[in-house]
This record gives sequence, C-alpha cells and structure tokens, in this order.
Amino acid sequence: MNLNDILDGYSNKSFSVHEVFTTFLQQIDKYESKVHSFITRIDINPKDGSNAIPIAHKDIYSTKGIETTAASHILKGYVPPYSATSVIRLESKGFETLGKLNCDAFAHGTTGENSDIVITKNPYDLSRVPGGSSSGSAAAVAAGFVPVATATDTGGSIRLPSSYTNTVGIKPTYGRVSRYGVIAMTSSTDSIGHITKTVWDSAYVLGITAGYDEHDATSSRIDVPAYTEHIDDGVSGMTLGLPKEYLVNIDPEIERVFNEVVATYEKLGARIVEVSLPHTHNALSCYYIITPSEISSNLGRFDGIRFGLDRSKFGEEAKRRILIGTFCLSAGYYDEYYRKAQKVRTLVKNDFDNVFTSVDAIIAPVSPVLAPRVGSVIDDPLKTYMLDVLTVPVNLAGNPSLSVPGGFSHGLPVGFQIIGKHFDEQLLYTIGNAYEKETQHYKTLPTFSDSTTI
Amino acid sequence: MSNNSTYELIIGLEIHIQLNTESKMFGVGSNNIWKEEPNSHVAPVDLGLPGTLPVPNGKAIEFTQRCGHALHCNLATNSKFDRKNYFYPDLPKGYQISQYDQPFCTDGYLDIPIGNNETKRITIRRIHLEEDTGKSLHKDGKTYLDFNKAGVPLMELVTEPDFRTSAQASDFSKMIQVAVRVLGISDADMEKGNMRLEANVSVRKIGETTLPNYRVELKNINSFKFLRDAVEFEFTRQVDAQQKGERLYMETRGWDSKKGVSVLQRRKETESDYRYFPEPDIPPFVFDKIYFDEILADLPTMPWDLETQLVNQGVRSDYAQMLAYEEDKYRAYVQYKDTLDDEDLVKLIANTKDMSTIENEITKIKSQKNDVGVSADELSRLISMVIEKNPTVVLDYTSGKENALHFLVGQVMKLSQGRADATVVREHLIQNLRD
Repeated sequence: MNLNDILDGYSNKSFSVHEVFTTFLQQIDKYESKVHSFITRIDINPKDGSNAIPIAHKDIYSTKGIETTAASHILKGYVPPYSATSVIRLESKGFETLGKLNCDAFAHGTTGENSDIVITKNPYDLSRVPGGSSSGSAAAVAAGFVPVATATDTGGSIRLPSSYTNTVGIKPTYGRVSRYGVIAMTSSTDSIGHITKTVWDSAYVLGITAGYDEHDATSSRIDVPAYTEHIDDGVSGMTLGLPKEYLVNIDPEIERVFNEVVATYEKLGARIVEVSLPHTHNALSCYYIITPSEISSNLGRFDGIRFGLDRSKFGEEAKRRILIGTFCLSAGYYDEYYRKAQKVRTLVKNDFDNVFTSVDAIIAPVSPVLAPRVGSVIDDPLKTYMLDVLTVPVNLAGNPSLSVPGGFSHGLPVGFQIIGKHFDEQLLYTIGNAYEKETQHYKTLPTFSDSTTI
Repeated sequence: MSNNSTYELIIGLEIHIQLNTESKMFGVGSNNIWKEEPNSHVAPVDLGLPGTLPVPNGKAIEFTQRCGHALHCNLATNSKFDRKNYFYPDLPKGYQISQYDQPFCTDGYLDIPIGNNETKRITIRRIHLEEDTGKSLHKDGKTYLDFNKAGVPLMELVTEPDFRTSAQASDFSKMIQVAVRVLGISDADMEKGNMRLEANVSVRKIGETTLPNYRVELKNINSFKFLRDAVEFEFTRQVDAQQKGERLYMETRGWDSKKGVSVLQRRKETESDYRYFPEPDIPPFVFDKIYFDEILADLPTMPWDLETQLVNQGVRSDYAQMLAYEEDKYRAYVQYKDTLDDEDLVKLIANTKDMSTIENEITKIKSQKNDVGVSADELSRLISMVIEKNPTVVLDYTSGKENALHFLVGQVMKLSQGRADATVVREHLIQNLRD
C-alpha cells in the first residue's frame, strides 16, 4: 500500500484509518524480527475517522518525548524536549510515527553496520545489507512496514540504501529542507530527505517538508513548487547527460541495468549525451576531509554533561572520524587539508554548473557494486568509503538527486540516480516518474529470503 | 624595593561586553538573565542539544558595527562566524561560535587624554562578536553549571599593546564603558559581568623598542580600580623577577582583590590550538552601503566628540569632561540642549547632582532672566507638534514609562527656544496626553 493509495482511499472513504494501520502493523509483526529496521517502536491508536498516515523516522531526527539515539550508545536514554522541523511539518499533515529507525551510528557509514544497536538486513536478501547510513529507513519502506520513512543524505545515505532496496530516495538541494532538529553529521552537506515506494509519494512528502525555516540559517527562502503537479509530463525532448567518469570501475551487473535505464529513456523520447565531470575522482578524498573535520566539531557536544553518556560510548567509526577531523583542522594542517578540500569542492561544484548549461539532468548509477553481504566490507574502512564514490560529488555541490529503482540483478535491486540543478527537484520527479510508469519495478516485492541466486 | 624607574609597562586590553539585545546571540530565548534562577533561561539551542542550529541575531551584529563605527574602525563588507573548538564543562557545544579572521570591525582607534591637554592614540585591533559561555560554580568539592549566560551576545574589543601606564588602560576602559552606554548597546555593568576586562601585561627597559617575548594575561578584573591595582602589582612583580634574572612565562593569572595579589592560573607552554574553521551552520555575510547607511544613520554624538565641541565652544575643560563622560550629565545635556543659553546649561548641569531636578532648575533660571513666556495658543500648538512627532515616546508614556514625559517636556522646551516654563509645559502635556 503506497502513500498515494492511502490518500486516495481516505478521500474515497474506501478504507478506514484502522485498516491502513493494521496493514502496516501486520507486516511489521510478520517480518521485523528478520529485518531489524526499528530501534524504538511506538504504540499508537490513530483516532477513528482521522486520516492519519503511518511514518517512521530515522533515529537522528529529534522527536519530542521519544528517545533519540542516532543509533549510538552514547545517546542511550536521551529524550529530546523538542521535535525536528520536518517531524513537526509532517505531523501537521497527519503523519503519525510508528517508531524510530536504525542507521549507522550518527549516520557514519554506507552499509548500516556501524549501528551500535543492531544490523538491519536487506528485505530482498537477508544475508545482505540494505545500505547506509539510512539502513532502517530503506529497509522499513522496502519491507512494507511504513509507506514513508524520513532519512538523511550527507554523502549518499539516502540514495545508496534506496538503490539496494528497490525504493525511491530523494536527496533534496542543500537548504531545501530544514536541518533543525536533525542531529548534525556534516553541517555543510547534510540533506534532509525521505524514502518511499514510488516517485509520486516522494514528491508529495517533499511538498510538506521543503521550505524556509527560521530555525535554520542555511534553509532557503526560494518558493516551494507543487512537486506532484508536472510529474506526468514525460521526458520527450529532454536532454539527459551521462557522466563518463561515473561509468568506469563499476560492477558489470550495475552497468547492464544502467544500460537498460538509458535505453528506456531513449525509447521515451529523451536525448542522451555524454558529459564530463572531470573532478569526480577528487571528490571522494575531498569529502573524507571535510566530513570528518565537521564531525570532529559537531560531536564535541557529546560530553555526557547535559545529556547522554560519556565519551567512552562512542563507536569505532565515530572515533576514527573525530581523530581524522581533529588532525585536518589542527594548526599547520588546516591549509593543507581543510582549506584545500574546500577549494576542490568549488571545482566539483563548477563541474556540475558547467554540465547543466547543456543538459536538463544527469543520470548515473548510485552504487558501483551490488548490495554487499553483511560483514563483507565493514572491516575495511576504505572499501566502505568507496561505496560513496558516485554519490558524494552531489553532496559537495549541493545539487538534488533522486534515486529510482532501475531493475534487478539476480533478484537484487539496482537503483540509478537523477541529478538536477539546484532547486530543480520538480524536474527530477518528472524524469523519475516517466521511468517508473514504464517499468513499475516497485511492484516487485521483497522475498524476505536468506539469499538470492548469486 | 627595586629600581622601577628604568622599566616601562606594555599593556594591551581585551574587553568583553555583553550586548543588551532582546534575545540571545543564536537563539530565540530571552537575553534578560540577571539574577534569574540557574538554568531557567535555557532554550534547546543554548544547551547545544543535538540537532539545534544557530541563527544569528541581526541586532547584535548591528550593535557591534555601530560601536565599531563610533570607534573609527573599518567595517567589514565580507564577514563570517567561525567555530573555536575547545572543551570546558560550561561550553555546551564543545565549540564557541566566534569570529576568527574576518571580524565585523578592524583597525579603529580612540584618543585618550594623558594630561597637559595631550592625547595618546590607542589602536583598536578588532571588535568581533561571539556567544558567551555558561557559568561554573565550584562549591563543596563539586562543580555546578548554570547555562543562563550561555548564548548571550558578547562583543570583544582587542587593543594593540599601546598603554604604558595602568591609568591609561583604566581611562580607556572607562571611555569604552560610557561609549557603549551612550550607544545603548550594553548596560556595561561590571558587577553584573556585562563588561569584563582582561589585561595583557609585560615590562621592558625604557628605550627598548621590541615587545617582550612573554606576556601575562590578567583575568577576573571586575572594576577599574582592580585593573589599576592588578597592573601595578604585575609591574612590580615582573620588574623584580627581571632584576633577579628570573625567566618570565606566558601565563594566565587571576586578580585576587582581597589579598591584592595576582595568582597563577595556568602557564601556556604552547599557543592553544582552537582548530578554527568557518561555521558551516551560518552563511557568510555581505554588507552593502545601503545596509551600513541605514544602521549608522542615527548614531548619537560620542562623548569624546562632545567634549571637543564643548571645549571649542570655550567651556571649561573640567566641565566639558564631566558632561561628556558622566552618563546622566551627558544625557541631560543632549536632552535639554537649546532650552537655555548653552553656557548657562553647561554650568547648571555641571553643578547639579540629581539630574531629575534639572527641569525645574532650567525654569528658575529662565524666570530670573525675565524671559518672555509663550502664549497659551503657542504652547498648545507646540505641545500638539511634539505629540504628533513622537508617537512611540507618547506610547511609552501612556504605557507607564514616566521617563518618557521628561523627553517630551524637553522637546517642547526646545521648540520654544527655552521661553516656556517647564512646570507649565509638564502640566499641559499631562493634560493633553490624558485626553
């Protein structure tokens, strides 16, 4: 049951709020013990006759009165006295939370395995990860536990798990959605988005969360368009760019699925052109300087004095990033690392600006590989960081990107991303929806089986 | 005692001033925290709760720039906030939002009197804005934390090491205190911690031209007298040490005013590394001419300018100084200027203790001088004009602020060029405002 179905059902009065909630709660009862997407569950009884919609929030969203841990032991027992702006806006439109979702602790990770609490499994293959850091969000939506889950994308943390779980993930333009109340990872790249089953659902939710917030000085005052309005306009006559730097060193199966995506868009009337983003290979190293630098400062408040527990409760990855970041910001190294990385960041941004003078949007793979097996990469930080190679450039540049189900490889979902100009989310939804209508991959439900055929 | 006369003091000042804005520096919480219950004025932002974000207070920025302009600084057109990272229990976020390399104001100066009608120019290196920290209270072997003060807008003024005597440093500080009060940006009450002084002190042999290779940072100074005492104490201590051939260190010392000694707090073997980097939660600022024109439009006359004006007018220098630097006298002069002949007014204010009596005194002087009064018609016309021109002041008065009436009376007096009788004006005003 998609969000769109629920809204239709409520307006036709074809089903009640209890039928809706029961559908999702039964699915949770049946499969959550295999998937492990929730950290905290909330018992709710939606009011009769209300048009409440179930939702769950990544555990780095502050939720008033509900424990918020960022999946880190250090925040065990922390109950925020306020809610994130996104949470408040969604509540005002009838979304009621079923709980808080697992993720890599403090959103540091690409597989979900850095959670201090539990490892979330991929509903399409329980021996594999759903991707991270928004592991619980992607898995919960894929598994049919909720029609929508909030998530965050700092370097790919929405798009990567979406692409591994046959779901739609939006990383909005930096500043489009308020960051207030979402526990900061990398302040200058954190993007506040969500994961849904379909493109329309994603557009509907962004229409609620997007817009200026007086509590976030980096939120934009640019008007929020009606994202669902032009969703059926089609791609005929559009020019889509294929960045050549994104198509090297990727798994042949990823390439195969992506070629199908390209062929489909050509069939639908889009013009496909090769483009170049020459600083792509610099982006990852630049990202892994800026990110730990900001993290080392952002995690300074977790001293156990005003909330949470003491610093010994930080996990390995958090400690690693604090140390790297502290080093990069130290006197004598700042110029060589942080300042230089910021310069490279400008070059990465210029790459995108240049390309968008000649194309409407860019399409590209999200992950260079299929969803990894649990435990297969996590002991090698560099290998894990490499999973982000196709997603981080967008975060450095601030552009929006939509991850859409592209197809399957041996039963494993493979997504692709559509990257747009700043604040061009509406166009991304039109492009994504055209592919979804043609392929309808969202109808292929997860198997909850132990392993796929490869 | 040692022979002090061959040594001279090198003093630089860092002055912290809490701004009296309605809300805190980066949040919506109330800034009015004096004597409030500990931790009663702490919004999620002030506590640095996870997920909170700083939104800069535009008024505090404006106040800092007005102050910078008054102190002849360059006002930056491009500026930003930075994070200063360090750990302390009363620093909620593990960093303080401050300004590193692009402060709002740089390269200003203030000329201070040094006797014999001479002045000395003190260079102001920078004025920047930051957030205040919380407060640690150590009692019975425990530490208590009060975060009411966390996030109060704090302006920091840093001078070059231009002072050569404790009196110069103290005079400068007093001038800054009056200046920020006249600007209306801070109460600058040292007892309340609104204004905090730190002095960097070293000594060298007279005739030497390079700065000493050490300096002692003096903290916990909460009065001008303590500033002078602490600097004098350090002078003696440091000269003694030099004469004994002892090494002097970069260190921080606190002033113990009860014992009259400075106490070592910590020695700095190396410069602290605060790992400054630009605050990513606050976009950088670009200020244009229109903005500056607007915020600097209605700056009051600064005390030192008033003093010069008065002296040039032929006013006795001690009177001029009094009117410029005693805040209530300054305010009375500005308010009642033009109600009397300037010479009479200056004399009157200089010799009056209680400024609330000044209105009556002005009336008395005028009647002695047999000034022609104003007709009833003219008076009611003047009163109407003043009421019309000052709607906000009228509102202040009707909402109970008695002081607003003084202002209105002053305005009518001014318009009548001092011919009206203040008592009569007051009565008529009250009548008019009641209607």
